[in-house]
Amino acid sequence: MQTLARAEAVAAGRAVPAATVRHTHLGERPVVLVPLTTAGEAGAPLGAMVGTDRDEPTLLVVPQPLDRELRFGFFAGLASVLLPVLAEYADDTEVEPATRNREETELCADAPQIVVPNTAALEYVRLVGRSTRFLRTVEDPDAPHPVPVPVPLLGRWLTHYAERARTPGSALLLALTSVLTRHWTTGQSAMEDQHLGALLAWIDPPAGLDGPAGAARAQTGRGPDGLLLSPPAGPATDPVFDNRVLAPALTRYDRARAAGDGPATAGAEAEVRRLVASQLRPTWDDVWRGLDLLRALPEGGHVAERWKRDRWSFTGHRDRVRAGEPPQPKRDDAVTAAQKLAGRETAQARLMAQEALDDPLAMAARRLGGEAFAGTVTGVEMAYSEGRRPMPRPLVTLATPDLPQAEPGAKAYRAVPGARSAQTAALVSVLPLDAGGAEDGAGEGPGPAWSVTVRLTGGMGSGRTPKEGSVPEPGAAVAFTLFEHDPRGGPALPEAELTPWTHGGPPGAATGAPGPADSPDPVTPEDYL
Amino acid sequence: MTQSAQPAARPEPPSAGLPDPGGFDPAAAAARATEAILADTLRGTARGVVVDSPPGAGKSTLVVRAARELAAAGEPLMIVAQTNAQVDDLADRLATADPELPVGRLHGSDSPPDPALRRHPSIAASTSVAELRDRPVVIATAAKWAYVRDTEPWRHAIVDEAYQMRSDALLQVAGLFERALFVGDPGQLDPFSVVGAEQWAGLSWDPSASAVVTLLAHNPDLPQHRLPVSWRLPATAAPLVSRAFYPYTPFCSGTGPGERRLAFGVKGDGGGLDRVLDEAAESGWGLLELPPRHTPRTDPEAVRAVARLVRRLLERGGTTWSAPGPGPAPLTASRIAVGTAHRDQAAAVRAALAEAGVDGVAVDTANRLQGREFDVTVVLHPLSGRPDATAFHLETGRLCVLASRHRHACLVVCRAGVPELLDEHPSSEPVRLGVTVKFPDGWEANHAVLAHLAEHRIRWTL
Repeated sequence: MQTLARAEAVAAGRAVPAATVRHTHLGERPVVLVPLTTAGEAGAPLGAMVGTDRDEPTLLVVPQPLDRELRFGFFAGLASVLLPVLAEYADDTEVEPATRNREETELCADAPQIVVPNTAALEYVRLVGRSTRFLRTVEDPDAPHPVPVPVPLLGRWLTHYAERARTPGSALLLALTSVLTRHWTTGQSAMEDQHLGALLAWIDPPAGLDGPAGAARAQTGRGPDGLLLSPPAGPATDPVFDNRVLAPALTRYDRARAAGDGPATAGAEAEVRRLVASQLRPTWDDVWRGLDLLRALPEGGHVAERWKRDRWSFTGHRDRVRAGEPPQPKRDDAVTAAQKLAGRETAQARLMAQEALDDPLAMAARRLGGEAFAGTVTGVEMAYSEGRRPMPRPLVTLATPDLPQAEPGAKAYRAVPGARSAQTAALVSVLPLDAGGAEDGAGEGPGPAWSVTVRLTGGMGSGRTPKEGSVPEPGAAVAFTLFEHDPRGGPALPEAELTPWTHGGPPGAATGAPGPADSPDPVTPEDYL
Repeated sequence: MTQSAQPAARPEPPSAGLPDPGGFDPAAAAARATEAILADTLRGTARGVVVDSPPGAGKSTLVVRAARELAAAGEPLMIVAQTNAQVDDLADRLATADPELPVGRLHGSDSPPDPALRRHPSIAASTSVAELRDRPVVIATAAKWAYVRDTEPWRHAIVDEAYQMRSDALLQVAGLFERALFVGDPGQLDPFSVVGAEQWAGLSWDPSASAVVTLLAHNPDLPQHRLPVSWRLPATAAPLVSRAFYPYTPFCSGTGPGERRLAFGVKGDGGGLDRVLDEAAESGWGLLELPPRHTPRTDPEAVRAVARLVRRLLERGGTTWSAPGPGPAPLTASRIAVGTAHRDQAAAVRAALAEAGVDGVAVDTANRLQGREFDVTVVLHPLSGRPDATAFHLETGRLCVLASRHRHACLVVCRAGVPELLDEHPSSEPVRLGVTVKFPDGWEANHAVLAHLAEHRIRWTL
């Protein structure tokens, strides 16, 4: 399907829709964060635009990225923008009623959403979180390089957001290119789709250009000054910009600072700020344009349910911070890692199922893959289960163009309007439809080719006659899936203190020397080269 | 296939320990290995024993024997297998080998055991472990064991197919036993996860790694054994499979050259299909090479070629002689399997076979053929017709599973040009700190197999 869509996009000269609804939650006031880093120095920020107001971004710039003090100042600036937003949402709560497994709980009414341009920027957020959450602050008299007080807290939040972003279907921290490519398919490669400017040119070509031309202009078009018309969305910068423009400006700043010339330093700093802003602003505007494009799509039916899980995640971390728990550890222990993986696998299965149920295009892919089938009911034959209390087990036959890839007896599921859970059924038989039936659909795509019979096994109430509306009538259009609609997680894992011997025993129980990953690298002669 | 396609700096597998075919008694070697394993399991002091078993080396036999001896010693035993089919198969073998031994078959409420097990009065099935606790042997899937809570740990456990078990699955069940025998085939498909797990790569408890990798990372001193003889693979196949997939732990075939024979009642008509069948009957391997072409995954020509090959195989009335078994046996559809890389390919082959009027041949993906055995296999090569070679298609285990299911002959259907494709796609998986590099890599194993198959190649056009 993707390959076909890409070919169609190439033929049409612009992106084709890959979804009929929006599968991602978009907050009312997302925080957009566009970071830039310094070439050649991993993790050293050069600047960022951040904020919730598209017309008034907060610009943060490090005039000399190699200066540690200035770098901490940047993190403090980022914290002063983000932490108030986080605090605001953290205090706005509602009460979640008690359920069978849970007492009445407080849940944040909404959670702040952070949007970055691409996955590289998302990785950078993770890196900033990792590098700042353990830093010691000015409150600690022994810290050799103290940082402003809110920085480690910022690191903890960014770490939480970046970690949550690994859960399929979560929307706390979004990489815009990933969201856009979920909803549109372009005629370029997945690698090229990581370029936000080019991706937007395919989806919404600029006036007078088609997708490929717009993308080419966004990727390589340079103005008379040799700079890219559309600067890269970061976090890496354009080398030409670095060499021709930024480096001289940084040199001027260094020189003025070394000379102790206050006004000249301020002037040079303003110049660096102007230059960095010139690189950030186009991406900033692109991010908002991408969000506008996404907002034009109607929200999918299950998006709110997934966002609620994000709100739980946000609330959970808020509680951990308030309870004074230490920052997230450097590495997950065995139980945490297994828990996270299991949770993400469930989330992935749930996301796939929900997207298919919300979106006929997503369902089409599953139908093509033989994981679902849809068609018209051709016959209903009432039958009952054997046993002391016979239950209705009607046989439903439908004519469908889809060939389900499953053996008879396989479980099938059907979404019934108004029902809380999917109706279960068992596949009985799959027979080729005789040629006579197929002619009805001739001319308008492939007609039904298979006659599939299923036995409904649930969702019909507990009486001897099925609940009204729970058994489809002949002529009704129905769709069955061979995947569960609401997959559940597996069994609980042992407590961390009960980590078995096969996995090294409980964490912290020093069974011997610390693992190789915990001890610093030995000093070798090469270290002194 | 030229020598130049081989990587220049190919590490030479050590020849030490390679069984000498002349004057070597495979049965005695296998018996020695088994005795050593049982000694460590029954009387050893280590908490775990790891057994590496190449394809068809009598892994199940070992599990049954160890289970019986542990039960005889009065040690309560739990057995962990990975799928319900494996559990049913093991329970069946246990009950057949020892009808007096009470076996508990623990199962989920959604997955009742195979009705065929009812013929064994010694097997009791239940969804509740409490009802089975008094039985000397209780057997279930890892997924079912993970739900077992609040019970006294078992003295012993046997973990079957441990290399296909994920580390997090072991984490869930390891609290249930004190000591365990881990048995598995390191050459088969690794466990996988549908979501990325790179963030834990390099950690000794990476939840997506194989259970044995985690176990050995934390307990490097555990005794490790291996079974040295493959009873399934014929003398024609064991050397290639051993060299290509187990370069550092060689094994040999339990049968000598010529002891296994395959012959056809109907003489070949000289066509391509018959020539490749004759070649495979003669040498154990046959490559049916279609003209080079980039195709969709369900390459219609290749699928038709597979179906016609299988039909011809049945039409010609094959007979097999399996030493040391008695007399000849007819080669029936149930003794033939078709292996593919993808599920849609398997579905396409199934449909083509149904159209050709062939019934009863097992058609499945490598993942699902793992652990099964047939007389003749027909393999649709994972790289056939592909424009690229991804990590999925290059995975060593996939090819190893497909090339090691047969007792007599393996027929491969493939489009020409795969060696060139391999050369254009050297493996480029990132190297991660702390992760043990697995040898051999799929790229090299693919080349080794193709080089061997090239000697048994018949070109054919539909």
